[in-house]
Amino acid sequence: MKLKYLALTICLFLFACGENIPPVDSSTETKILYLGNGTEPKDLDPHTVTGVPESKILMALIEGLVIRHPSGLPPIPGIAESWDISSDGKEYTFYLRDALWSNGDTVIAQDFVYAWNRMLMPSLGSKYPDMLYDVVNAEKYNKGLLDDFSLVGVKAIDDKTLKVDLKNPAPYFIELLAHYTTRPVHKATIEKFGEMDSLGNQWTRPGNFVGNGPFTLEEWKLNQVIKVKKSPTYWDADRVQLNEIHFLPIDNVTREDFMFRSGRLHVTSTVPTEKIEVYREEYPDQINITPYYGTYYYRININKKPLDDKLVRQALSLSIDREKITEKVAKGGQDPAFSFTPPDPNSYFPPTKLEYDPEKAKELLETAGFSSDSLPTIELLYNTSEGHQKIAEAMQQMWKENLGINILLTNTDWKVYLSRQNTGDYEIARAGWIGDYQDPKSFLDMMVTGRGNNQTGWSNADYDNLLIKAANSTSQKERFSYMYEAEKILMDELPIIPIYTYTRIFMKHGSVKGWNPNLLDSHPYQYISIENK
Amino acid sequence: MFNLILRRIAIAIPVLLTVITLTFLMVHSAPGGPFDEEKAVSAEVLAKLNERYNLDQPLSVQYFDYLSGVLVGDFGPSFRYPGRSVTELISIGLPITFELALYSILFALCVGVLAGVLGALRPNTALDYIPMSTAMIGICIPSIILGPILILIFGIWLGWVPVSGWGYMPGDKILPILTLGTAYAAYCARLTRGGMLEILNQDFIRTARAKGLSETRVVVVHALRGGLTPVIAFLGPAMAGLLAGSFVVETIFGIPGLGRFYVEAAFNRDYTMILGSSIFFSFLIVSFNLISDLVAAALNPKLRD
Repeated sequence: MKLKYLALTICLFLFACGENIPPVDSSTETKILYLGNGTEPKDLDPHTVTGVPESKILMALIEGLVIRHPSGLPPIPGIAESWDISSDGKEYTFYLRDALWSNGDTVIAQDFVYAWNRMLMPSLGSKYPDMLYDVVNAEKYNKGLLDDFSLVGVKAIDDKTLKVDLKNPAPYFIELLAHYTTRPVHKATIEKFGEMDSLGNQWTRPGNFVGNGPFTLEEWKLNQVIKVKKSPTYWDADRVQLNEIHFLPIDNVTREDFMFRSGRLHVTSTVPTEKIEVYREEYPDQINITPYYGTYYYRININKKPLDDKLVRQALSLSIDREKITEKVAKGGQDPAFSFTPPDPNSYFPPTKLEYDPEKAKELLETAGFSSDSLPTIELLYNTSEGHQKIAEAMQQMWKENLGINILLTNTDWKVYLSRQNTGDYEIARAGWIGDYQDPKSFLDMMVTGRGNNQTGWSNADYDNLLIKAANSTSQKERFSYMYEAEKILMDELPIIPIYTYTRIFMKHGSVKGWNPNLLDSHPYQYISIENK
Repeated sequence: MFNLILRRIAIAIPVLLTVITLTFLMVHSAPGGPFDEEKAVSAEVLAKLNERYNLDQPLSVQYFDYLSGVLVGDFGPSFRYPGRSVTELISIGLPITFELALYSILFALCVGVLAGVLGALRPNTALDYIPMSTAMIGICIPSIILGPILILIFGIWLGWVPVSGWGYMPGDKILPILTLGTAYAAYCARLTRGGMLEILNQDFIRTARAKGLSETRVVVVHALRGGLTPVIAFLGPAMAGLLAGSFVVETIFGIPGLGRFYVEAAFNRDYTMILGSSIFFSFLIVSFNLISDLVAAALNPKLRD
């Protein structure tokens, strides 16, 4: 008898659960958008965080002077209604619109001055201060060479006018202003919960958070969900069609896939590599593969022999069949890399197309005085991941077949991998870079002598000079031509060997509208809606 | 009994101290640090961060600072989550992990005892073989395999229950409990069957039956009390195992429990969080073993001195 009751209870229980409607199915009524958002955000302070998951949430909560265009065109007015640029390209005057913080205070020009001051304070330890280094004296202030912030080129003329002086014309400056690190913060809130520069300030907690974006922070359950709700005080609230967005931290690709398939997510952050082909066949309307502003490359430590020899590096690059890698190994619709900077059809197009020529590679190696016997084994370092492993194995095979070089594959966990590159304890290491803003500077600056992410030991005075010239050019055309020349040097010297240009691969439910592909994968939520398919 | 408790506590202190010391040395000797990031930080920023988190001090100073903090219950700030202390993270994760472990053990007991009793009542019949072979399979399938299988069947194909989360949607607790509890249910079933078979053959059961008591009363009131002794002895270590071993299930189902924080802390070199959770888990295991010893001693006077 007992058994019968138990069985009945279990059946009833499961049946009751069966009544659940997946959140995605009911979202046309609830207007709640469910997003897979990668790892759990470290914090929500725009001046101290660095990650992509954090940036996605901050886009909902805080708005800067400009916002990214929903289709990837140049940024459009945000808190700044309009702006003037002086003829020499060094003076920017922003005219702020009537906008409110979520607590009802008015957004004023002084908020930006305060925010930029905070971001540049050496004691805050921001990891992105270089975003504002084009501003007069910003770098000096950030490096502690100048104590008086009033000497930095950002001033509030009045509540609604912000004036920024640049040390050089920077046609990409408006692009930078769409980045979260340049967004304003609410002074009274920051100082209510700590010092201006205190790390781990509690102002980012729900209930404390004051933002000026289209959404407000409602709930933050660690490793579970971050919920944001439509803000009634947002200046463009009429445009906002979503009631809420739930950012779900999912660092496991398989789980994210399960969640999408069971109707718990509208948009995923990625797709398991082994499923890409299946989904392309079975769900062509849900899988999205769009170009991304990033490059997958191999970093070469030029302080190690024989990699200090340019000819060896060229030979390595010439013996990589990039098309084979993108088509047979990576399989995510990636394009073989043109160069270091990903091609941007609307503006800068990099100069080279990296060739595959094993014969020429062999000749170069011989010219450099090496034969396949005399070359030592070279170590290839990558962080543990199936995708990186497959590519590393393909490279190992190509270099062995084409040049006779023995490659030792080493995979380590993420932190060991980063630390070995930072300390120069590697020979060849896999790397990837996603542009912070849509301009070749976001890539080429990295290889300037001594930059933190150069990490190859490579230094070239001509390259550095061309980038300085580019920074001082007044016209975009002139600037790009210097960058073009610099990139030519980079692709001749090859301290980094580009392999492919990234694509963003994700699943998207058919009811999500306004999610337009763009190179930076940026989707302002005020332009997103959920409608019946 | 009092002596036993004192003796066990006296042993527990050096155990915990060893755990702290070894963990401290291991995390600090692991290559890579908490502030290594893809966007390389400048030397100035790194120095500031190290200073802020006391990492610029010699290792011995850091060690004694940490120990004196632990003595007053301060496990330090988390490196991964600025503004959150290790104590806060543990207090977020622990209730969830504890709830998961508790429900799993309850599930294991209900299902395991029922199957074990049925098997013992009808030994060597289908009612015995089917649950017992299922139990054997249950013991053999690790949760890392069972979890995704259950997700595929009940979450995706049938669409009955949510595939991840914990208290985020109704019904999302079912699959994790099944996944974590199955192996323990299987152990319970086998232990119950063994215990019950032994008891059911004893004289007092025959007497009870001869007196005309109903079968239910014989089994539930007279036989179960003795038959469950091995299961009760198993509960202490099982609970400790469930708490410390729940991270696999937490990872599969995205449950924001302590196990997940622990694993994540190791990958992020979140020194204080690794240390804090190690101490905490050691403390739990030591405590549950102590409780289980005390229960055993209460049941068996021979163990008391």
